[in-house]
Amino acid sequence: MTSIDPTPRPRRNVELVLLVLALAVGIGANALVGVDQQKAFDTDFWFQSSLLAAAALAFHIVLRLRAKYADPVILPLVVALNGLGLAMIHRLDRVGEDTGNNQLRWTLVAMAVSIAVIWFLKDHRILRRFTYISLAASAFLLILPLVPGISAGEILGARVWIKFGSMTFQPGEIAKITLAIFFAGYLSSNRDLILLAGRKVGPIQFPRFKDMGPMIAAWLVSIGVLIFQRDLGSSILFFGLFLVMIYVATSRISWVIIGVGLIAAGGFVASRVFSHVALRIDGWINAFTDEVYGRAFGGSLQIVEGLFGMANGGLVGTGLGQGRPNLVPFANSDMIIASFGEELGLIGLFAIVLMYLLLFTRGFRAALGTRDAFGKLLATGLSFAIALQCFVVIGGVTRLIPLTGLTTPFLAAGGSSLLANWIIVGLLLMISHTARGPVDTTPLAPGEEPDPQKVLPVMPSKPATVPGTGRNSPDAPTEAVKL
Amino acid sequence: MSELTITALRFGFLLLLWVLIFSIVAAMRRDLMIGRKAAAGAPTARQVRKNPALAEKAAPVRQQPRQLVVTEGPLKGTTIPLAASPILLGRAQEATLVLEDDYASGRHARLFPQGSRWFIEDLGSTNGTYLADQQLTRALPVELGVPVRIGKTVIELRP
Repeated sequence: MTSIDPTPRPRRNVELVLLVLALAVGIGANALVGVDQQKAFDTDFWFQSSLLAAAALAFHIVLRLRAKYADPVILPLVVALNGLGLAMIHRLDRVGEDTGNNQLRWTLVAMAVSIAVIWFLKDHRILRRFTYISLAASAFLLILPLVPGISAGEILGARVWIKFGSMTFQPGEIAKITLAIFFAGYLSSNRDLILLAGRKVGPIQFPRFKDMGPMIAAWLVSIGVLIFQRDLGSSILFFGLFLVMIYVATSRISWVIIGVGLIAAGGFVASRVFSHVALRIDGWINAFTDEVYGRAFGGSLQIVEGLFGMANGGLVGTGLGQGRPNLVPFANSDMIIASFGEELGLIGLFAIVLMYLLLFTRGFRAALGTRDAFGKLLATGLSFAIALQCFVVIGGVTRLIPLTGLTTPFLAAGGSSLLANWIIVGLLLMISHTARGPVDTTPLAPGEEPDPQKVLPVMPSKPATVPGTGRNSPDAPTEAVKL
Repeated sequence: MSELTITALRFGFLLLLWVLIFSIVAAMRRDLMIGRKAAAGAPTARQVRKNPALAEKAAPVRQQPRQLVVTEGPLKGTTIPLAASPILLGRAQEATLVLEDDYASGRHARLFPQGSRWFIEDLGSTNGTYLADQQLTRALPVELGVPVRIGKTVIELRP
């Protein structure tokens, strides 16, 4: 590196090369899965592979047309993860089951929705206008599974599903996006108040009580989800999302202290009051005792079988299609990480974890690069939501933390999760497009004022010209968020 | 299919996974240079070492503001040392500099550091904030000795 070239480059060709490699991983996995059963290259295989490849290339073409400067590695990463998930789900299907094709259908729907988001939304800053509508939408989506009639009732101990006809859907997955939009919009407007007002107690500054309102609301939402929907995972996800976004917006450690305190208090009370939480914790700590292992409901059979599977896989795994991940209950959704651990081994599992890590860093890179506070917070929140989900799921499967019901993004079987995560990818790509794209650096003409009607709400109109140096400040101070 | 082929495919697939990851990391390499945007055009330390001619172009060191001085108004003569945290100006009790000025709003303006300079931003005050007699419409950097007027109070940054 002798010269630094600051001009933005689209790098879509790099994306195409990586995308071909990612498709090779996904399709290769699908081929290997069947290689032992002599059904590797049947018509089903060609049909599935060509659909996945066509959808991925269509996505690539849309990016060329609509978001030329979007991050070139996000799409290949997601396609590789999704392809791996499809192969594993297909592999785990018993005779007569059709989860694999169902997952493929949902993948195509999710990619189409994600493409539509990129095509019609054009600019993520428009979403800021829907700050409070997003809050209402989140509340609506979270209440839906509790409404009699459309509620699918209690499935596996949680009330998070709704049903249309024969289909079921988890509205909570979409709620994490609308909540992220609300938090980003709210915090980017009210950051100053939260940041400046407050009392100092010792070395840390505590915010005023009325600025704590949304924080308490977020806490109540997550506790409500825990009580009424009996869904520990989503409750952790929503609260963690808010905590991280407010920390990023204000860079105040006091919020983290308050938040962790609230989580600890809520978790302690929940473990005492709710039997399902207590069972989860018992199944985590005492997983290997006979009594807990053999318990009919809420026992540790699932975790322990998953651990045995991963132990069987060892360093290099048994090979795709060669292990017996079917022995684990929910091997294709909750425990898909254990299935991969068994068949691809530690080396393959680390590759998957690294893909998530790379995806997460690209989300944060988009947040660092974009120039509006709303986009920064949204990208941070969305990529953190993916990361937290991975932590909760993989941590649960490997018995680092109690196992809770969250889905592994892009891998696990489940349409709502795929749809929500692909929409997140669409939004991240759009934010990275504004982050990496060329900046309009023409200074304001003397006397010219930006027209507030024409300017999008968050845009610091045109980048503020800094007098004295004549340099255009790309980190427009009014909107900058400390990251 | 023979045992050997299957084993070869098994390891081949693991290899493919890591090839994908390393290709992605390689594609990101250009992006991993932190602060590239800020350093755009400016030579890096390494480039300067290799080519000393570049160093001469480096900007002269600006004097850093160290304190805020009230030069006019009821609080004339008050000084506040500038740390790394933002300063809230206004009549509200939680303000860093509590102005006893009937023409100032509760939370009038905010003075905050960004990079190596301090910026003043009006927080929606009734009477406005003036930087060198220009009313603020957005956050602007405050240079040393430039008066900032809030109601009847005038403040300045000093080294």
